[in-house]
Amino acid sequence: MPKDHGVGASSKRREDIRFLTGRGRYTDDVNQFGQTYAVFARSDVAHANIRSIDTSAAEAMPGVVAIFTGEDFKDVGGNPAGWLINSRNGEPMREPKRPVLAHGKVRHVGDAYAAVIAETYAQARDAVEAIVVDFEELPALVDMAASLADTTVRVHDELPDNQCFDWGWIEDNRTKVDEAIRNAPHVTTLHLVNNRLVPNAMEPRASIGEYDPGTGDYKLTTTSQNPHLTRLLVAAFVMGIPEHKLTVIAPDVGGGFGSKIYHYGEEALVLAAARKLGRPVKWTAERNESFLTDAHGRDHVTKIELACEKDGTFIAFRTETMANVGAYLSNFSTATPTFLHGTLMAGNYKVPNVYVNVKAVFTNTAPVDAYRGAGRPEATYSLERVIDKAARELGIDPVAIRRMNFIQPDQFPYTTPVGLQYDVGNYDATMDKLLEISDAAGFEARRAEAASRGMLRGLGINSYIEACGIAPSHLVGQLGARVGLFDAATVRVNATGNISVMTGAHSHGQGHETAFAQVVAGMLGIPEASVDIVHGDTSKIPFGMGSYGSRSLAVCGSAIVKATDKIIAKAKKIAAHMLEASDGDIELKDGRFSVAGTDKGLDWGAVCLSAYVPHNYPLTELEPGLEETAFYDPANFTYPSGAYACEVEVDPDTGKVKICSFAAADDFGNIVNPMIVDGQVHGGIGQGIGQALLEAAAYDDMGQLVSGSFMDYAMPRADDLPFYQVDHSCQTPCTHNPLGVKGCGEAGAIGSPPAVVNAVIDALQRGGMAHVTHIDMPLSPARVWAAMQG
Amino acid sequence: MTKVTMTVNGKTVSGEVEGRTLLVSFLRETLHLTGTHVGCDTSQCGACVVHVNGKAVKSCALFAQEAADADVRTIEGMANADGSLSVIQQAFQDHHGLQCGFCTPGMVMSTAALLAENPKPTETEVRHYLEGNLCRCTGYHNIVKAVLAASGQDMDQIAAE
Ligand code: FES
Ligand code: FES
Repeated sequence: MPKDHGVGASSKRREDIRFLTGRGRYTDDVNQFGQTYAVFARSDVAHANIRSIDTSAAEAMPGVVAIFTGEDFKDVGGNPAGWLINSRNGEPMREPKRPVLAHGKVRHVGDAYAAVIAETYAQARDAVEAIVVDFEELPALVDMAASLADTTVRVHDELPDNQCFDWGWIEDNRTKVDEAIRNAPHVTTLHLVNNRLVPNAMEPRASIGEYDPGTGDYKLTTTSQNPHLTRLLVAAFVMGIPEHKLTVIAPDVGGGFGSKIYHYGEEALVLAAARKLGRPVKWTAERNESFLTDAHGRDHVTKIELACEKDGTFIAFRTETMANVGAYLSNFSTATPTFLHGTLMAGNYKVPNVYVNVKAVFTNTAPVDAYRGAGRPEATYSLERVIDKAARELGIDPVAIRRMNFIQPDQFPYTTPVGLQYDVGNYDATMDKLLEISDAAGFEARRAEAASRGMLRGLGINSYIEACGIAPSHLVGQLGARVGLFDAATVRVNATGNISVMTGAHSHGQGHETAFAQVVAGMLGIPEASVDIVHGDTSKIPFGMGSYGSRSLAVCGSAIVKATDKIIAKAKKIAAHMLEASDGDIELKDGRFSVAGTDKGLDWGAVCLSAYVPHNYPLTELEPGLEETAFYDPANFTYPSGAYACEVEVDPDTGKVKICSFAAADDFGNIVNPMIVDGQVHGGIGQGIGQALLEAAAYDDMGQLVSGSFMDYAMPRADDLPFYQVDHSCQTPCTHNPLGVKGCGEAGAIGSPPAVVNAVIDALQRGGMAHVTHIDMPLSPARVWAAMQG
Repeated sequence: MTKVTMTVNGKTVSGEVEGRTLLVSFLRETLHLTGTHVGCDTSQCGACVVHVNGKAVKSCALFAQEAADADVRTIEGMANADGSLSVIQQAFQDHHGLQCGFCTPGMVMSTAALLAENPKPTETEVRHYLEGNLCRCTGYHNIVKAVLAASGQDMDQIAAE
């Protein structure tokens, strides 16, 4: 029987009621008294010196109350990078300043160089058109190899080779790996592109700045996945205002997928403008601005080599990648291609030699940062594609070659050659489950049936592993992180026994308000409806780092468990006093405290009331009240893993790929709400299939984003996708967090692109096209058809 | 500025609009009905779908004045009279057909229009009809399930899980 309550139950989501009735409250739904509107002037060229900006005509337009340019911000701080990466030669990465508004130069299409504040949105928009800018156009650098080679054109004048860093992981492995590859009986080499994507959360970014001249308090309402991090960045680094004078509120947020982790210049602008005007200032992005300025994802150009024995035993992986960081460093953009990518390059496999080299390159394109999966999809795609290619070259079944190299359950904890220690897993178990749910045994019959219709059917299978529950502060500190990645929770039990849980996590679709309540209610044995989850407001919640990297339950949830443990311990002491027993004898079950071995007991509510009406209370031993805060810093990453299968049919006449079925067998450890976990995997798979077949942020040679709207950028739509088979019954609980959970938010986007591409290559190979060993994503009909022609 | 009057969710409302004011802006900014969302600037995403005289319409693709005297229904008018969720809304909750909720009002409005035209659609028909509604969160799996369930069809027969 499925559970109907607490951990393990598919509790329906409480947040759905407001979303389904139109009563969600997203940033753009908020309006403040006396509000003005900001609209940005954005560069329509990729690279130019700003000779002059003439705002006089715009200033004279109706309703205009202020205009800002880069000149107004030249003395405030830049938006900082959150990770320091050192190059192989020991030099620190290059960190050019990322200003609030472009000053002196614009560096990508969409780079904002001015902002108009007006009484109405329409007036601001009209006035922006009247700003006259004189650009001295410069050649645009778009291609990474060209950027590295070109010393005359510089994205940042002070960086002669446009390189941010040249990173080796692990540098000490390099010689050994080179030698292993030189001496190996078989080496498979693959050149691939991990295509640049636009995150496209359905809610565009938006921010409202407020300033109270009477108190000096600022308030920022904004589309953020991590309000405290945004507060720290905007207050301490950019604006130089005291952290305690700024409240950041992230209300309902319509999806993030990474793109709303980061602090963006628009947030600083609306605050600065509010201070100057003494009035609220609101900005809402148009979709066009989302395309041009939200941090993009992926964009690697990679060469990977797999050295192995003739029997398929892996000897070494060597990877050389160029990673595009765009025109400026976004907050996590240096961590994504390095520590979220290079550390995963051993995959699920016992391979003794692994080396990764990543060159990060500045170009005249939008900044690139973590997007759902962040580095781990890039790692998984490279590994699982080159393994498939090797299996084909060696004539070994693709499942068999993976199985023979899997780290075995009795080998955990397992230390990889790239610096991680996997705590637990069972990769054969998820592979077994995958073959079962995808009916792999029936593939041949389905293929034959498709062939009778003239269609080429293929099956792609792969494994994945990711490092989630981001992150152990001591470890990431050694790796260059400039922040801690713990989290925090406060559990406030009210006098009447109901509970508010203040968490550092932020829910922008993940259903925390439901799942976290299940955890607390389950621990206390009280109804889920008695527990409310409060998130997204720095004036209410303790300092936590927010939601990304599949960390919410593993890290923030663990903080909630710790705080609830403290509540239980204190409540037992109160109950012991009231029941005249020793607190060691008090048991809490189903919301009732009882003295072990007796029928004496008290309900949860009676004990809570006593904490706030302490008439019969151990005041000499305990403070009144029942509220506890806990901080939790994980001991290690968590390691979700699994196996994915995709079946496709390719139309030989057109190259069109149809996804016939998609199956995912994941090991997420313990599960709090299976319904929500299914939904997370579905969403990730949808984005992964989008990357594999449809999506590409394509810049032309001039640095224009040619796929800059939903008319040109192919978002997955309902009729592009099938129903998915999803299973998470293989569970090896995480060994180091109290819930035994691993995180499920990114798996789908990590595991699915190689499954799709492997399936298409399989279809073409089976169709007799032995020359097609790889096609770069997205696998559009044109690309597939061209590959088929040879 | 011109005065425009229409019926929204059964109530007669009016307000001053510019010629260029879109219906979605009138609903959101003048009437404070913020359940109708704006997800794009090219009439592609469907977050803004409302019903105008019974037909599903992208309210970002219509000027407010074009809806003068029309009968408009928005997500705020979709629940049952007693405030409980309608069959479609309930199906979305039961089948976890929403995550961040941003696309959801448009999805519900499109679903209502689909089921009015075609009370028992096939999976293919649902997917085809919802082509104009983008969702970035759900991979559509549970949305399609919810729509089929709202049409009274047996979900176990249709979707694998
Ligand atoms: S807002 Fe996107 S279609 Fe109307
Ligand atoms: S639920 Fe988030 S866009 Fe659909």
